[in-house]
Amino acid sequence: MANLKELAKQKELFTGGHRGCAGCGAVMIARQVLMAAGPDTVVVSATGCLEVVSSIYPYTAWNVPFLHSAFENAGATISGVEALYKSWARQGRINKKINFIAFGGDGGTYDIGLQSLSGAVERGHNILYVCYNNEAYMNTGVQRSGATPKSADTTTAPVGKVKKGKEQYRKDLTAIMIAHGIPYAAQSIVGNWRDLTSKVEKALSIEGPKFINVFQPCRLGWGYEPELTCEMGRLAADTCTWPLYEVLNGQYKITYKPKEKKPVAEWIKLQGRFRHLMKPENKGLLDEIQALTDKNWEDLLKKEAASAPLKAA
Amino acid sequence: MAKSNVIARTGNEAMAEAMRQIDPDVVAAYPITPATEIVQIFAGYVADGVVKTEFIPVESEHSAMSACIGASAAGGRAMTGTSSQGLALMAEMLYIAAGLRLPIVLADVNRALSSPINIHCDHSDTMMLKDSGWIQIFSENAQEGYDNMIQAVRIAEGVRLPVMVTTDGFIISHGMERIEILSDEDVKKFIGEYKPEHYLLKTEDPITIGALDLPDYYFEHRRQAAEAMKDSKSVIVDVGKDFAARTGRTYELFEKYKLDDAEFAIVAMGSTAGTTKVVVDSLRAKGMKAGLLKPRVFRPFPKEEIAEALKNLKAIAVMDRSDSMNGHEGPLCLEVKAALYDRSLSKPIVDYIYGLGGREIRMQDIEDVYKEISGILKTKGVGEVKYLGVRE
Repeated sequence: MANLKELAKQKELFTGGHRGCAGCGAVMIARQVLMAAGPDTVVVSATGCLEVVSSIYPYTAWNVPFLHSAFENAGATISGVEALYKSWARQGRINKKINFIAFGGDGGTYDIGLQSLSGAVERGHNILYVCYNNEAYMNTGVQRSGATPKSADTTTAPVGKVKKGKEQYRKDLTAIMIAHGIPYAAQSIVGNWRDLTSKVEKALSIEGPKFINVFQPCRLGWGYEPELTCEMGRLAADTCTWPLYEVLNGQYKITYKPKEKKPVAEWIKLQGRFRHLMKPENKGLLDEIQALTDKNWEDLLKKEAASAPLKAA
Repeated sequence: MAKSNVIARTGNEAMAEAMRQIDPDVVAAYPITPATEIVQIFAGYVADGVVKTEFIPVESEHSAMSACIGASAAGGRAMTGTSSQGLALMAEMLYIAAGLRLPIVLADVNRALSSPINIHCDHSDTMMLKDSGWIQIFSENAQEGYDNMIQAVRIAEGVRLPVMVTTDGFIISHGMERIEILSDEDVKKFIGEYKPEHYLLKTEDPITIGALDLPDYYFEHRRQAAEAMKDSKSVIVDVGKDFAARTGRTYELFEKYKLDDAEFAIVAMGSTAGTTKVVVDSLRAKGMKAGLLKPRVFRPFPKEEIAEALKNLKAIAVMDRSDSMNGHEGPLCLEVKAALYDRSLSKPIVDYIYGLGGREIRMQDIEDVYKEISGILKTKGVGEVKYLGVRE
């Protein structure tokens, strides 16, 4: 595991000059993932913010081979790249190790791309899929997604005179991926480079399909000041709204346990998308989020305590 | 000339045999009637280790084409096979494969599109994608399907455009025929090695593929793809000549059957062209100067050559095995008419839409068409669409 000083000296594989918003968390994820992966990496991206801001012809921010084809197919597309590698390795046409990494937002991963991702990991391709999860369709202007939490204000589930934002809970995609029985699945955040890069390094050392769900604050969609992106990520971990954990061959390990679990309101109050929850009449909704967060955290602690390695040590 | 081996194969078996001999780096496919066997047979080759291919049994046709795009962009030969709804589900990715200029080869077994759901032959699926930027090559029988598949690899890589080779569902795909196949060695020699200049697995020379084009570049890139499609005509002709030199089997942009001195001609694609040849022979024996023009290459559409071939006819019937649902005519007829218009040739042309959803087309039906167009100069009906063999 490289330290920050060493990482900073590396050649930038995801360069500056892209068109990401000030304070964009998605580009931080791409940069840090590539820092951990190194230059022998092929990247596939789903259509979305990251793709749009990084590859406007004739420019590119990618100093590694990069392919974008469509929105819902990053899993299948990286499968094809990896399959060619396997074929060539068998033919003796290539012998160096190459990492195969796919990026998708929560739209491209939780929703429209879920089938493609599920197929790719079920087939066992040697890939790492990184979801940059900003909890809504940000590229098209903050529409609700399957990752949007209950009560958040989005443009397709807005807060109105009658409705109070999204009425459904977000789906637990990390659990869905774990249920595929893949060797490695994890959650990480923007704002903890060490957690993210060490998980990427670990994932890439494992043969087979790997998945990391990175919680990515979005200043535009969430409505906070751009300099707070990393702070918003860390607060998500400190409030346990986005627990940092990994599941290695079925073994749960919580990689960050806040010394003092902060109330979710401390995180929520900084975000425009939850502004309505600060009104006294919506206290019930805020309490519901706190209760759900507490339950999920307790469940995770139990899973960690209960889980044992698949193979006896 | 290369030695040929005569064997009995169905259309699907012939396509799978061609794929085995091409031995692509990656095949990604999903089963669909009536193309399923191609995938199944090929999976058997993989299981037996007779190909070097990495086979990806994807969870949908959309993923099949997505994986082919990944493999092709990564630097390899990628192939797939599908039909009907499968091709429709791939539609988004077919446009992207062409726009990215990836030389993927696809076997499309022609089948009707839903709804109503139907598993039998018509050309609606291929026609739906006629403007996708794919080269489209139709086959009259299993032999042509096999030969076209092998030529498709060189055509695709020669112009950097994907190629779709079609066979008629069930009629060709499931019909057993006598076919002549090349030796594995001769196929390898014919297709050569694929050596792209830039590709994803060349990590020491990273490139970005699939960048976002805004109004300042999109038009130029589409224009280049259009030019490649235009240029592909000469590549298709050259590859056909080389193939003929090695096999004795001639492949051009279209086939003329007793057309040069004909007065009345049918334009038909796929297996119906074979049936039409028999009818032409019998009408010739009875004294009618009947002929056939069988387009092999529908994309690019060889409009100058087709206009030239049709210039002396008294009347023409175009057989469309799909309906454009456009309130006037089928896709093949529109192309033929446009080709003649540019030569200022005004001919009596009748469009016959036939065979949808596998409706049988009999020799008698085709003979009736010739009789109808031979009398059309004296009667009404030119410019109307006629539906052949439908109950109304």
